[in-house]
Amino acid sequence: MDYDKELDARGLSCPLPIVKTKKSLADMLSGQILKVISTDSGSIKDMQAFAKQTGNELMSTLEQGKEFVFFLRKA
Amino acid sequence: MESKKMALIATKGTLDMAYPPFILASTAAALGYEVQVFFTFYGLQLLRKDLSDVKISPLANPAMPMPVPMPVMVQMLPGMESMATTMMKHKLKAKGVASLEQLREICLEADVKFIACQMTVDLFEFDKDEFIADVEYGGASTFMGFAGQTDICLFI
Repeated sequence: MDYDKELDARGLSCPLPIVKTKKSLADMLSGQILKVISTDSGSIKDMQAFAKQTGNELMSTLEQGKEFVFFLRKA
Repeated sequence: MESKKMALIATKGTLDMAYPPFILASTAAALGYEVQVFFTFYGLQLLRKDLSDVKISPLANPAMPMPVPMPVMVQMLPGMESMATTMMKHKLKAKGVASLEQLREICLEADVKFIACQMTVDLFEFDKDEFIADVEYGGASTFMGFAGQTDICLFI
């Protein structure tokens, strides 16, 4: 999938992946896509909750071995 | 849409109990909440510029996972608290958990408001110069003013 920006959150634990996702989205334009890579298994649920509560769209979640890849479209 | 609000009361000053308020506050702020944390009693230690005195003790904390079983008589020996703190900090870092200093900074960057209990400051004769600058001082009524309008309100 094409994306405009990538956030490497590998090795970080709660709440850093979410906090850094929020920061990364802050300087992006509406409609742009952020790719987030995380190794925190809790981030699957957390990213869904983040998207639901902030209105940003979680387009897809991929599991690649021990890594989780998220694509978010900024609201 | 008016943003959601969360109010926390942080009453504990140990390393383990310092994490919940900072984690919840930084996360809520990332989710768009307006957040205030009221620090009272031992929670005030979390507002010190220098957080190196925030420690964890295995003593009277039977739920704390230990690398080796340790009798209470051993846990009370001098230096055990510092050792446990060093080990816990090492573990937190190894697992990618942010330090308290980092989480506190994230909260401040996200405009989380810190309120220190003036009564506790007077009670323990704390020196305000030892606290970080981004703190307001107030009492229970200050807290109620905000807490009364919140969606989430927790005592930690």
